[in-house]
Amino acid sequence: MPNVVALVFAPAGQLPASAFELLGAGSRIAAAENVPLVAALVGSSLNDLPKQLLAHGAVEVYTVEDGLLETFQPDLYLLAAEQAVQAAQPQTVLLLHDGVGAELGPRLGARLKGGVVTDVIEIVTEGGVRYRRPVYGGKAMATYAVRRSPAVVTIRVRSQEPAPEQGNAEGPIHPVAVTLDPQAAKVKVVERIEEEEQEGVKLEDARVIVSGGRGLGKAENFQALKELADVLGAGMAASRAAVDAGWVPYAMQVGQTGKMVAPDLYIAVGISGASQHLAGITGSKHVVAINKDSEAPIFKRAELGVVDDYSKVLPVLTQKLKELLGK
Amino acid sequence: MRIVVCIKQVIDPEVPPSEFRIDPQKKEAVQGRANLVISTFDECALEVALQVKDKVPETTVTALTFGPKSAEEALRKALAMRADEAVRVDTDRTGRMDPAGVAQVLASTIQKIGGADVVLFGREGADFDSAQVGQMTAEALEMPLITLATEMEAVDKGIRARRHGDDGWSVVEAPTPVALTITNAPVNVPRIPKVKDVMQAHRKPITTMTLDELGIDPAILSEAAPVEMEELFIPEVNNQVTIIEGETPEEKAEKLAQAILALKVL
Repeated sequence: MPNVVALVFAPAGQLPASAFELLGAGSRIAAAENVPLVAALVGSSLNDLPKQLLAHGAVEVYTVEDGLLETFQPDLYLLAAEQAVQAAQPQTVLLLHDGVGAELGPRLGARLKGGVVTDVIEIVTEGGVRYRRPVYGGKAMATYAVRRSPAVVTIRVRSQEPAPEQGNAEGPIHPVAVTLDPQAAKVKVVERIEEEEQEGVKLEDARVIVSGGRGLGKAENFQALKELADVLGAGMAASRAAVDAGWVPYAMQVGQTGKMVAPDLYIAVGISGASQHLAGITGSKHVVAINKDSEAPIFKRAELGVVDDYSKVLPVLTQKLKELLGK
Repeated sequence: MRIVVCIKQVIDPEVPPSEFRIDPQKKEAVQGRANLVISTFDECALEVALQVKDKVPETTVTALTFGPKSAEEALRKALAMRADEAVRVDTDRTGRMDPAGVAQVLASTIQKIGGADVVLFGREGADFDSAQVGQMTAEALEMPLITLATEMEAVDKGIRARRHGDDGWSVVEAPTPVALTITNAPVNVPRIPKVKDVMQAHRKPITTMTLDELGIDPAILSEAAPVEMEELFIPEVNNQVTIIEGETPEEKAEKLAQAILALKVL
């Protein structure tokens, strides 16, 4: 029997923060197509993770667990994922469109000889399932239909409502026997580079982001932004202009040429709002802009705006929010 | 070492939204006054390849494109940047071409021209942003793949690359043949060709092939493709911004703090 398969990667027993969003999306597709939602879980030290997926709507879980999957290695993860998904009899396979899913989704689709749609932000279920995603750097949207099963679809992080916990964590868990050969791992990490990245909040998962652009003028001025970020427990980001100027590292860049983010609150400071930047914040729930130019395109996207010199606005905003939040 | 860089000609992605138009029937953007350019990340990929050649002059860099006659301009640019060879697989199709089909075309072409040690792609096209062709071509050629790389160098029996993944920067190695998708970084800002090289690029040959010669049925690019784009549209923006007014920046800031709190997300 064909299934909707939510494919989840859990190296070192860690579920991605958006795993239940995948099950949320999966449950809507499964309901529309009247097929079961199952999960395929690939990783190491899985422990109670299969039960967590059952508790969030999967009716069965297929697992591949192997010590070689302790860290993400694309060749081995692809082999394991292919086996797990095949065992789960997919009509549709869903992956998160994070770095790992974006890399493996199209490769998996090619192996399964299915149809691939990437970076989906909306699932249309009326009259058959369709997938919608931004194209042309966010300037347009496109709707796709998959003509060849299985559909392999990567879902943008934080674009979907997560599946609620249902309490009942009962259901079959099927370990899938896969023999992984360490020799199959061609791509090897030889060095991890630590950088002076902002500690803590990962932008893709951040609920609140404070972001600075060319309007900040110089690197030191990001300090005022950091003070606001600290008060809000927010992630720190930047526009391409600020990164190109060398003020902040590339890891902070949001936009078509950087990270795609979807926080509940995005505060853009001194960012004009070039379309390639707006493409990166498509899924943000509330956008606040502070810019001295009232004509800046960011105000066409923002819900709240202040037209003024950010350097006078920001310290007072930080202080006031600190008081209001009782910090 | 032979490096093949797969490039695509697109309508300049820097066209501002106010001038951006689409043709909903053809399901593609309208060129209007915009230029045709090499897709942003593909041009970074060319730069990465040429930096390898800067260090190791025996390196051969081949620019490969699948596109109409106009795409020769993209290849001329690549030659002007001092790529060694240019290959175009001809098509008169416009609009979206299915990534799985495009991957088959590129893989077949690379095999036909004698293979490659390294195949480079931009991380995604600057038109449909699908980020599929690199991955699928690597599958078709049975090559390992490194995504989101910003630079690479040749090492014994393979390559070493710096990449930016979910967990930050790392240095990875892989044996050749290998495929990489390239993302932009200060280190791979594309070089500006010298006038002399632009002139010479016009005299260099461009090898042209047809799908027929590759034995590929063009139907795989759309009619018989596994995915169909049914609709392309520009979403209506009915955004209403509330501009916070006040006598002084400080007053505005205080009101803004209240308004942010009223969003009830903190």
